[in-house]
Amino acid sequence: MVPLSYYLILGGILFACGVCGFLIRRNIITIFMSIELMLNGVNLTFVAFAAHWQRLSGQIFVFFVMVVAAAEAAVGLAIIISVYRTRETLNVDQVNLLKL
Amino acid sequence: MIHLTLFLVFGAICVAGAVNLLVQRHPINSALSLIAVLASLAVEYLLLGAEFVAAVQVIVYAGAIMVLFVFTIMLLNAGEEERTRGSRVAMVIGIPSLLIGGVLLAWVLVRHSGTEAVLAGALPGSPENVAWMLFHEFLLPFEVTSVLILIAIMGAVVLAARPEATSTGPGKES
Repeated sequence: MVPLSYYLILGGILFACGVCGFLIRRNIITIFMSIELMLNGVNLTFVAFAAHWQRLSGQIFVFFVMVVAAAEAAVGLAIIISVYRTRETLNVDQVNLLKL
Repeated sequence: MIHLTLFLVFGAICVAGAVNLLVQRHPINSALSLIAVLASLAVEYLLLGAEFVAAVQVIVYAGAIMVLFVFTIMLLNAGEEERTRGSRVAMVIGIPSLLIGGVLLAWVLVRHSGTEAVLAGALPGSPENVAWMLFHEFLLPFEVTSVLILIAIMGAVVLAARPEATSTGPGKES
């Protein structure tokens, strides 16, 4: 049997990788993928605790997190497309003005 | 024993994919390694007995959301990102705080690491049980998320539509 702490450590590693990618990457699409990685690290801890405490509501919450992630991906990628259309760059360092 | 082996193998794939996402310069390589992370996370969910979550993870995350990402990368013709010089703030604040955080985390893990095992498959996470809970206790949040998805679809269409396409709507002449 796998100890609970292993799952939590794996979730923590995934979340830390997501935070690192969010901070160090320059491409806006890669930054967005790092956010998805963070959400997945949290989902893993949700499911691990659901199995540990024998409560099914953890898995329901994972379902809701996935729904929110899907909505976020749709809207975020649309925003990325419109940013690229107005500025012709994906580098977040060059996206530094609210209005052109 | 087989559970621990599966956990370690797919956990290693997870971590390797996450690190590969960080170090790859081209976004399409990052997207493909993220798919590897999501697929191996589905196996971890199966090990925890969450069958429904594992299926949704593969269908929605590794399927739908990542297709959206890959489409956007191809649509925008995203190339390799250029290197920038590291900022001084990162050197002065980032590296010491990274060290402090790592030491704290290691201390907590060494001192308080539990050895309670999670029983694989002990909690029935089959679609039937999840659906029972979803449509009884969580019915209102479920309906609210459908409204959220609808708003997100409309927002995505409005944001991604070409400016000239939105200005020449059918009601423009009146």
